[in-house]
Amino acid sequence: MALDTDKREFKIVGTRPLRPDGIDKVTGRALYGADTTAPGMLVGRVLRSPHAHARIVSIDASAAEALQGVKAVITAADFTTANNSHSQAVLDNCMARGKAMYHGHGVAAVAAVSEAIAKQALKLIKVDYEILPHVTEIEDALKPDAPVLYPDKPAKRVPEGTPANVSHVTHFGHGDLEAGFAKADKIIERTFRTEATHQGYIEPHACLASVSPDGKGDLWCCTQGHYNVRALCADFMGMDASQLRVTASEIGGGFGGKTTVFIEPIALALSRKANKPVKLVMSREEVFKASGPTMSSVTDVKIGMTKDGRITAGYANLRYQCGAFPSGTIELGAMSAFAAYDLDAVKTDGLNVMTNRPREAAYRAPGAPTAVYPVESVVDELCQELGLDPLDVRLKNAARKGTKASYGPTFDDIGLVATLEAAKAHPHYSAPLGPNQARGVSCGFWFNFGGNTSVSLAVNVDGTVTLTEGNPDIGGSRASIGMMAAEELGIPFDKVRTLVADTASLGFNDVTDGSRVTFAVGLATIKAARDAIQKMCARVAKIWDIDPEAVVWEDGCVKPAGDNAGQYEPMSLAEIAAISVKTGGPIAGHHEVNADGAGVSFGVHLADVEVDPETGHTSVVRYTVFQDAGKAVHPAYVEGQMQGGAVQGIGWALNEEYIYGADGRLQNAGFLDYRIPVASDLPPIDTVILEIPNPGHPYGVRGVGETPIVPPLAALNNAVSRAIGVRMSALPMSPPRILKAIKG
Amino acid sequence: MSKIHVTTNINGDAVEYLCEPQETLLDVLRNQLNMTGAKEGCGSGDCGACSVTLDGRLVCSCLVLAAEAEGKQVSTIEGMADGEELHPLQKKILEHAALQCGVCIPGILVAAKALLEKHPDPTETEVRYWLAGNLCRCTGYDKIIAAVMDAAAEMRGA
Repeated sequence: MALDTDKREFKIVGTRPLRPDGIDKVTGRALYGADTTAPGMLVGRVLRSPHAHARIVSIDASAAEALQGVKAVITAADFTTANNSHSQAVLDNCMARGKAMYHGHGVAAVAAVSEAIAKQALKLIKVDYEILPHVTEIEDALKPDAPVLYPDKPAKRVPEGTPANVSHVTHFGHGDLEAGFAKADKIIERTFRTEATHQGYIEPHACLASVSPDGKGDLWCCTQGHYNVRALCADFMGMDASQLRVTASEIGGGFGGKTTVFIEPIALALSRKANKPVKLVMSREEVFKASGPTMSSVTDVKIGMTKDGRITAGYANLRYQCGAFPSGTIELGAMSAFAAYDLDAVKTDGLNVMTNRPREAAYRAPGAPTAVYPVESVVDELCQELGLDPLDVRLKNAARKGTKASYGPTFDDIGLVATLEAAKAHPHYSAPLGPNQARGVSCGFWFNFGGNTSVSLAVNVDGTVTLTEGNPDIGGSRASIGMMAAEELGIPFDKVRTLVADTASLGFNDVTDGSRVTFAVGLATIKAARDAIQKMCARVAKIWDIDPEAVVWEDGCVKPAGDNAGQYEPMSLAEIAAISVKTGGPIAGHHEVNADGAGVSFGVHLADVEVDPETGHTSVVRYTVFQDAGKAVHPAYVEGQMQGGAVQGIGWALNEEYIYGADGRLQNAGFLDYRIPVASDLPPIDTVILEIPNPGHPYGVRGVGETPIVPPLAALNNAVSRAIGVRMSALPMSPPRILKAIKG
Repeated sequence: MSKIHVTTNINGDAVEYLCEPQETLLDVLRNQLNMTGAKEGCGSGDCGACSVTLDGRLVCSCLVLAAEAEGKQVSTIEGMADGEELHPLQKKILEHAALQCGVCIPGILVAAKALLEKHPDPTETEVRYWLAGNLCRCTGYDKIIAAVMDAAAEMRGA
């Protein structure tokens, strides 16, 4: 029987059932990273560098070790050398080895019987620093006389003559730029700046580690990917991966920021030394200073357009700083900058420069928002200058099926044109605007990932199903994955329980990132269900004593087919399960895959703003998100991703920024001074889901979560620029910046 | 330094504990009483994830000393449902799919309940301003506001 087919008619997929973990989360029962304890548990704390850049001459922990109640003190010397340079950077970022690279960099850590004693012990650790010159800003770090972060370790894959702090250089594009610009009626060239922002998850990093003297370890932590935590920590601790079991707690937001480790290896090393469980929780200040914010950027863009709105050539030169360690995020930026356009001539050059700031972690569509913002802003300026409608111009130049993307591949079925048309037809686009108000438009793009995935699906004798997957549920994925299992098996949604397994209970899974989970885990779940169905079909064929090819699976039942049609009563999953132990044993399906075919995603945002000319304050008065989601499995959670991503982008555009002093110290490490949007800052965020099926998924699903953070930066830049009559080119557009622009 | 003996009432139950003078109510709830529904998102009163009510007044429990609970009535997320029966706000948050990661939700629910007890018929703007002290980074607040408005309407009708 042919099972590997696409499906377009659904009973459960596309509905909005209550999420299975919901009651725990509205009653306070759900256990997040900091919510668990172990008998005999110690409290861990980390000593952090007060300097932006300093050589660690010596660390004297003897007074701390002598303090009553202190059970362990560790430094970088308590870890092994990592097995590759990428992992070594992760480890060195957790605990400084030789040099403190940024303000807040971990230098030593203690475990003690109470938090008060741990804090007291930190004060007793004497670190002798030799302060070095520091650099925190992109343009300063690129200067020939800039302080060099790694004078003894020049970057390997950069051309000769590249400034010493540059870790990566990248280029994409095709066609003849010069000829393209020659065809343009109007060319605009402009430089744009963005400041570093933080994912701003409400739950600080937290973990509970226990290493026993026989070398076995258990780690509980809030993470987007516990298999990755296991791989990194086992490496740093010199442990076999099989000896370290990592369990993912419920996770209080991640947005990419919990895809790596910051404190987990420290807690494990403290536990091993103290021979007791150690709980380590970051303070909010530590989260800002020593987890992984996103990049800041400086980008030059040049775009040419004909009078009737055809883009003839596009060029962008992107410079990102991603903190004190090498980062390849610039590639994703250089790839995504022009992705929305079908261009004959396009080129992007990019580089990453290292500075004395915390090591960047992924933040929702990493690299893309800061790359798309300058391009979409210049396209809007061209539309304004040439008197063209910004949606018409985007439709005229939109990437579609068969377009050779600016970063190389040729697009398959994509939804950009449909999304633009939906925005154009929506009442928002033609709604009147008031005084000091204007409307901004932007496209956005994200690649979407697939990746390594393992799923196991057990058919229980009572006719229920236990689905085991290995990706932390950051926004309702247990619901969407359980729905796909129920859909495929033809059983009610509430008969499926979806569990997130620990690293010892299921094969490897990539991190919950790249908008991959509903796509890839969903795909693996459907295949696992089909595996179980095949086994059930074989089982029933055996009972009926007919050929396995002579049965079909329909409506959750095995039915006789062909010549045998109608000769036997169909058997349901529950009936087959009930007698499974007598007909050959337990029935389960599983699937392991490195999923391909994630299907790229496009969105279009419309933003109306009102700018107060006296204060420079911007109010977002209306906002609508249009996005191609592929098949929306649980539309309410798809809308939620679109709304949440848009608001993170609004914060990035209007308020949020890392502020460093001349001393290289972070000046706003708290939610009071780093202000993320609150409910009263915002209007309702309207959503329009388009469902252009992804050919790479049996139900047509594509990733959703990341694309919506990409367009708001330019949508707001364009709206504010039109409202005040001055083109803005730096984020955040905080009131002082806007006032300065208005007053010239 | 000797500990302070506190007699208080939490979610209708008499509770006694010993605390250090500098310990917060949030520390005691989470670390001594195993009531981990209130979360520490910032420890500085900026995020609202630790919201509880003290004699009916909405507070960040990270900014209240544990000793201050003496003789008071403390209400936390753990006391919001009546046994198996969820509070209308809890039901509406679920029905509207208004949570993603869920870590801010206990604080939002406690804050919203405090609002509706004072103002059973708030405007959307009033709900947005009342909840401005509760940070949510996942949802953009849209569905949370809709859920609170819907719960308010249902509670007025009940």
